[in-house]
Parts: sequence; structure tokens; C-alpha cells
Amino acid sequence: MIQASPAKITIRALRVFHGQEESLRGISLDIPANQVLGIIGPSGAGKTTFLRALNRLNDLVPDMHAEGQILLDGKDIYHPACDVVALRKRVGMLFALPVALPMSIYENVVYGPRLSGVRKKTHLDEVVERSLKAAFLWDEVKDRLRMSGLRLSGGQQQRLCLARVLAMEELEVILLDEPCSGLDPISTSKIEDALTILKERYTIILVTNNTKQAARVADETAFFLMGDMVEYGLTEKIFTVPDDKRTNDYVTGRFG
Amino acid sequence: MRISPKITQALAVLLLGSATFFTVMVLVFVIVFVLGKGLPGVTWEFLSTNPRDMGRAGGILPTLVGTILLPLLAIAIALPLGVGTSVYLTEYTRETRMTRALRFGTDCLAGIPSIIFGLFGFIFFVVGLNMGWCLLSGGLTLAIMILPTIIRTSEEAIRAVPNSWREVSFSLGATRWETVLKVVLPNALPGIVTGVMLGIGRSIGETAAVIFTAGSALRMPISAFDSVRTMSVHFYILAREGISTEKAYATAAVLIISVLMVNLIAYGMMHRFIARRAR
Ligand SMILES: Nc1ncnc2c1ncn2[C@@H]1O[C@H](COP(=O)(O)OP(=O)(O)O)[C@@H](O)[C@H]1O
Ligand SMILES: [Mg+2]
Repeated sequence: MIQASPAKITIRALRVFHGQEESLRGISLDIPANQVLGIIGPSGAGKTTFLRALNRLNDLVPDMHAEGQILLDGKDIYHPACDVVALRKRVGMLFALPVALPMSIYENVVYGPRLSGVRKKTHLDEVVERSLKAAFLWDEVKDRLRMSGLRLSGGQQQRLCLARVLAMEELEVILLDEPCSGLDPISTSKIEDALTILKERYTIILVTNNTKQAARVADETAFFLMGDMVEYGLTEKIFTVPDDKRTNDYVTGRFG
Repeated sequence: MRISPKITQALAVLLLGSATFFTVMVLVFVIVFVLGKGLPGVTWEFLSTNPRDMGRAGGILPTLVGTILLPLLAIAIALPLGVGTSVYLTEYTRETRMTRALRFGTDCLAGIPSIIFGLFGFIFFVVGLNMGWCLLSGGLTLAIMILPTIIRTSEEAIRAVPNSWREVSFSLGATRWETVLKVVLPNALPGIVTGVMLGIGRSIGETAAVIFTAGSALRMPISAFDSVRTMSVHFYILAREGISTEKAYATAAVLIISVLMVNLIAYGMMHRFIARRAR
């Protein structure tokens, strides 16, 4: 792969352990900026573990540790001097199940900005409108921003979660962990549309259990299997002429 | 012989139904009995004047004040300590032998008879620290007594907050402390309030631990170092020493009404809080 600019995220020999079990067995990967990287693979392949290594959410799980290097803009995020809180504001995450916090739609969206110390009402209002528009949710909720986020449908909640991530002014990377697995087709396509626009500003990593979604949205795709990255390349190549037989079997639906 | 499901069903309804009926009847009987005997003596004058002649005549104003101040003081001390402890145990430490031992200890503490706390308070605060019988000695003793309840209910309420909410908060760049303040505590609040209410209820009704530590002076307390008499203690002394059965029942009636009011206010507050968040 020839890249014009240096990678946004550089991963070298990343190994992650759950206790004794090795869930990621030495992943090396350069993730370029401003594109969507799709990650596919059967369940248990380590996709979630990989994403959660990138914003150090794995740190919260007892008995879990990582080895190797992850550089964000050339800086090691596992370095002892790295500020994890600041890192998570730059690397936002969308979970498999939409999790609206038990507060109003408005408060959900401004959760991040408030933590960063934004107090001005006009500023927060702007952030809410901009983020909800970018997540294609604004038209559906603009008249009831004070309503609890928990009362939205699943698909709306997932878009609310996207808006909440987009509201963070420090945001550079968006991690999505099977964000559409439980959603209706309309919400799914809205999220996919949002991603194609958002990649102009952000670096996006999309884990998906739906290979068709990777084919539609991802510029490059990586195939994970049992803790290894089997293959990585342009999406078109992965889905048409993959190098590895296992990749071919997976994308043609012969296993997984 | 097998009994048909229809009959067992009917039998279950009958048994469980009569158990419920019996329970409710006993409660209603106690309340009606005490109110019936006591309410006639509850007048504005009874509530707003000082007792005369050891309580044989006059009102209960100082004991009313004592009954309000003492539980409030106990809660003011126990709430920050208890909630702090439970936040520490649930959010800041992993489950280890140490935390399990602590939890076991609190549970044991919750089962200790209150008179033991009274004795401890007497030896430690009243005599040891030379504080004498006073509001503060009583408040501290009651605080120790209700701490286990507050820790336990808060801990349960905090554990009931879904982990996914914490993860979302962390993933948005919140620190642990910010997550506790913005996600964990607001959602654990109804449970914490329940613990506080249980604590207040126990404190209002407590006699043994109070009589040893706050004393039983019938004067109006002016400072934290004055002895006070609560309504429970007043009732106990009036009845035990045969001073006045009529005044004793009137005091008991006020006590019951106070406890009911505390609970009603708490439920009202909680429902308004929950409704506001769910809107
Ligand atoms: N909290 C955990 N504790 C222990 N093992 C875990 C935990 N989470 C994931 N694993 C293990 O890590 C491996 C990868 O899991 P995961 O990253 O969730 O896979 P995927 O997202 O691709 O389905 C699995 O073998 C799983 O058993
Ligand atoms: Mg997963």
C-alpha cells in the first residue's frame, strides 16, 4: 500500500491478553486518515478487543493488558505519560448496542463538551444542532430536545450516540463497533450516509458483522480471524480477489 | 392422590391472600389503636408548649425539637460517610478479600442491638471524650448505628446502575470522578434516598441508644452540647415510670404521624425526581 501522507494510526505487534488468553496475537497495521477502514471477521475474532485497545477502554477491564505499540499521530498512546482522558476525547466510540444516557437528548449530546468545560448556552446550542444534523437525527428530534434520550427508538438512539461522539470538539478518530447490528434499514442507511460524509473530516474504523456493509462503506478492509489479522487491503480487492483462502471463504459466506 | 391444579391454585390464593390480610390488619390495628388512644390529647397546645411537672401536664415542644434535630444530625454525619464508603467500594476498588471482609463487617454491624451502640456511645463519647449527654453524642452514636444501612442500600443502588452507562461516560472522556457525579450518583439517588429514609425512621424510633447518649433533659436544647429528650424517650419515660398514660399515648400518636409524614415526603420527592428524569 503506497500512502501519500503518514498514517493517522500506526499499530505495531499489538497483542492483547484477557488473563492468560491471547485475544489479539500481534497485529501490525497503518491506518490512513480520512477514510473508512472496515474490519470484518467472525464473532470472537478480536474485533471489539482491537477497537477498545485504540481508545484504551480495555484498561477498565480487570486482568486485561496490551503489548506492542499504538501510535496516534506518531505518539504512543500506551506511554505512561499519555493522558487517557484527552485520548478518549480524540478517539470517540460507538457501541454495538445503542446506549443513550438517562438524561435529555440535549444533555446526551453536550455530555462531552460540558466535560471539556464549555459553559456558554449559545455555544452548546450550536453544538447540538450541528451534531444532530451530522448524524441525520435533527429533523426527528429538533422539537423535543428536552425529552429523555431513553424514549427514542433503537435506531434513533444509535444516531444520538453518533451525535454525542461528533459533539466532541477534540474528535479525530471514530470507532464503530457493529453499530447497525440491531437497527432498522432506514437508520442503518442514515448512519452509512453519515459515515461517507464524515470521513472527509475524521478517520473512521468500522467493525461490522455485515460484509455487505463493509463492501458499501469501507475504503480499505481488514479481515480478522481468531486474534490474527489474516488480510488487509483495498475493499474491492478483499471482496473480489483476496490473497488468502480463508478471506475468500468468509466474504463469500462459506463460514463465519 | 394428586390434587388438581385448579384446587392448588385456589388454595394458594386463599393462603397467600389471608397472610396479606392478616399482616395488613395487624398494622392497621396498631395504628388505629395508638391513634385512637392518643389523638384526643394531641392539641395545638400539646405541640407548642413545654412540659410541666415531668410531663404530667403541658406539651412536648422540646421533645419534638429533639426528635427533629437528632435524626437530622445523624443523617448529616452518616450520609457523606456512608455514600463515600459505598462509592469507594464499588467504583474505586476491585472486589477483593478485603472488600468482602468490609462488607461482611458492615452486615454484622447492621445486626447489632441498638443498646450496644448506646453503651458504646456512652463509654466513648459521653464519658471517654467527656462530651456528656448531649445532642452531639447522640447524633454521632445514631450515625454509627445507621451507617451500615446507608452503606448497604447505597451500594446496592450503585451496583444497579448499568455498566454500559459508565463505559459510555468514560469513552466520552470523563474521569472516574466525573462519571460518579454525572452518571452513577444521580441514577443511584432513589436507592440512596431509601437508605436515608430507613435511617431516619430508625433514628426517630430509637430509644435505647439515645437515652444513653443524648440523655433525657426536658429543657429546650440551645446548642449541640445540650442534652435532649426525643419523643421516643419521652414516651418510654412517661409509660415506664407511670407518669401519665394519657400523655404517653398522645406522644406516641405524634410519633407515628411523624414517621408516616417522613415516608410520604420521601416517596413524593422520589417520584417527582424519577418523573423529571424520565420525561
Ligand atoms: N471481558 C473479557 N474477558 C475475557 N475474555 C474476553 C473478554 N472480552 C473478550 N474476550 C475474549 O476475547 C476474544 C475476542 O473477543 P471480541 O474482541 O469480543 O471478539 P469480536 O468482537 O470479534 O466478536 C474472545 O475469545 C473472547 O472470549
Ligand atoms: Mg464484538
